[in-house]
Amino acid sequence: MSKFLNLGVAAALLASVSVAPAYAEKLGLGRPALPDEIAAWNLDVRPDGVGLPDGSGSVEDGEMIFSENCAICHGEFAEGVDNWPKLAGGQGTLDREDPLKTVGSYWPYLSTTWDYVNRSMPFGNAQSLSVDEVYAITAYILYSNDLVEDDFVLSKETFLDVEMPNADGFILDDRAETELPQFSAEPCMTDCKDSVEITMHASVLDVTPDIEEDTSAATEEAAEAVTEEAPAEEPAVEMATLDPALVAEGEKAFKKCKACHQIGEGASNKTGPQLNGVMGRTAGTVEGFRYSKVFEAAASDGLVWTDETLAEFLSKPKAYLKGTKMSFAGFKKESDIQAVTAYLKSFQ
Amino acid sequence: MSDTKSGPGATRRTFLKGAVAAGSAVAAAGAARAEGDPLITEVQPWAQGFGDGVDATPYGLPISHESDVVRRNVEWLTADTISSINFTPIHALDGTITPQGCAFERHHSGAIELTKQDYRLMINGMVDTPLVFTYADLERFPRENRVYFCECAANSGMEWAGAQLNGAQFTHGMIHNMEYSGVSLRTLLEEAGVQTEGKWVYVEGADASSNGRSIPMEKALDDVLVAFKANGEALRKEHGYPVRLVVPGWEGNMWVKWLRRIEVTDMPVESREETSKYTDVLANGIARKWTWEMDAKSVVTSPSPQSPITHGKGPLVITGLAWSGRGAIERVDVTIDGGKTWQTARLGAAGVDKALSRFYLDINWDGSEMLVQSRAMDTTGYVQPTKTQLRGVRGLNSIYHNNAIQTWWVKETGEAENVEIS
Repeated sequence: MSKFLNLGVAAALLASVSVAPAYAEKLGLGRPALPDEIAAWNLDVRPDGVGLPDGSGSVEDGEMIFSENCAICHGEFAEGVDNWPKLAGGQGTLDREDPLKTVGSYWPYLSTTWDYVNRSMPFGNAQSLSVDEVYAITAYILYSNDLVEDDFVLSKETFLDVEMPNADGFILDDRAETELPQFSAEPCMTDCKDSVEITMHASVLDVTPDIEEDTSAATEEAAEAVTEEAPAEEPAVEMATLDPALVAEGEKAFKKCKACHQIGEGASNKTGPQLNGVMGRTAGTVEGFRYSKVFEAAASDGLVWTDETLAEFLSKPKAYLKGTKMSFAGFKKESDIQAVTAYLKSFQ
Repeated sequence: MSDTKSGPGATRRTFLKGAVAAGSAVAAAGAARAEGDPLITEVQPWAQGFGDGVDATPYGLPISHESDVVRRNVEWLTADTISSINFTPIHALDGTITPQGCAFERHHSGAIELTKQDYRLMINGMVDTPLVFTYADLERFPRENRVYFCECAANSGMEWAGAQLNGAQFTHGMIHNMEYSGVSLRTLLEEAGVQTEGKWVYVEGADASSNGRSIPMEKALDDVLVAFKANGEALRKEHGYPVRLVVPGWEGNMWVKWLRRIEVTDMPVESREETSKYTDVLANGIARKWTWEMDAKSVVTSPSPQSPITHGKGPLVITGLAWSGRGAIERVDVTIDGGKTWQTARLGAAGVDKALSRFYLDINWDGSEMLVQSRAMDTTGYVQPTKTQLRGVRGLNSIYHNNAIQTWWVKETGEAENVEIS
């Protein structure tokens, strides 16, 4: 605009009010929003709890609601399935390599969890939960992060009592102070360094999507190679000894495993390997699954899944195979292990 | 050149047959023995028959020979394409304007279909009169046209810890640059009358994610646009049809698509998108928040891994893009020896505030390998840092706001690879 002003056109522009943008002058467009309309859309909840509706939900109810609505992606224990977000764990990892940012380890405000669940979850069926269900799910996520006890009830009243571990873990953008001074020096143009070495190649990682179609063939070859390496023998398991009632019980207990493991027709590897024919198989040998180091070692040592070895593993997975990626803490009841084992045997 | 289409009955063979049969002088000219490029010495079918008539494609798409110039997704990045991102094929584009059809997409709950008839925009909160606008209402406010880049805060995020993806599309393609037509947010806020306690606006979309973000009032009243056209035409569905927010120079997540509500508040909402996401973890575990501006950045788009040199030594055009969320691009330097010496590149046009600049460096390539980098400088005096400099301040876990200098190793064959150098 300054050029126009210099040219003396300004007078003409200002005189002709009808063509100048009428800033700060109302045009009388739109209509007043009605209270019910505002209530329907004004859902956001602030850190201080403003915006929370009346209601409540317990950890106990939350566990069930979470299992039905959320666990398919986020896991029974909010530990996350595949690439879906992990909602629990990760405390103490923020200053390490690959920090795990969850509600418990990272999110500074509980309001954010409530608001997001209320507005946008479950994925694909947003805004289908009742207010109490949102309180219950939020309570369960807190419980999964060891932030509340199992008898906790979250409500508008107890909301601000919850302390988020990483509430003080944020600072405001300080790039103007910490970066701008050192990133605004006059840049070097000649003789800027004596030597240059390549220190890293993207081709080493090889994670770029295929542009040509030739790499899919390579993947198939790799998969075939794995198949060849896998042991062919599969010791027969006596189906006749299976008790149908025990198998049914095992199916129930298996719910805790289902977030990560598939079994049955068409089962494929997810967060955990598929479990068809697991009994009698050498540990760590499902094709196409990337095992932890300890499982790879177990495979080469020839650990075979039998009633005894599986029972020991399932009672304390992390003690039996130290370093396993399996996040499950273990079955507390011996009867659960027997039932799950029977259930697994029914898919030989 | 795999085109097999041709004008009606006009292959070269039938032409030759016809000419010979006629016994005319044309036969001599059409003989394959003529010296030179047959594309020149022989009459080509497209020079003889017809092309497509008008209306063959009421709304045109790129010609089939350009079918590789498309957005691409990196599957392993996200669990599902519904909440995911893809990448602009910047390696194959020139100039500065990004066509909508190949401009990167980022959705949190998928690209929804919302008609102009069903569109409503609400302004509520600390205003004199909470208002509801229809799409038709918005078209009656004074309008502006501005060109701005939109860059996802996570652009180049996969490169934080090391060179990962082989291609400018994948390392730098979460960006586009369009000319927007719309109404300034300031105009709409003044229509509702912002009360003095109103220090922030909370903006959200009509999709299931809502993708709400808090924007300080100073920015809201400065240059934010409520846009309904891009590059002259209606916004594409994937870019927020019928109305999106344009927040110049600031991270793409704030450019709320399918904009449905603007709430004037006295404090930020601290939504999921501004706490759990789009915050930058430093080496000590403390995270920066409200890192809205996109710092000055540039990348050589050709030569690059997806755009190798195919012509051998001699004249070579090195080109790329530069931008800054804090101002205009003032200068871009290019090195071909890994940063020992730099040359100032030529800008395609004078830098535009918060918009992409195109740069060129025309060299005589001797055929030896090169380590190619570009370095942008903006009107604030900021100089694009190296990866080492940036990691020195932020560590390796930041994910967002990686604006470090990119290196392509161009080999003697003309092929290029994404590398890091000392």
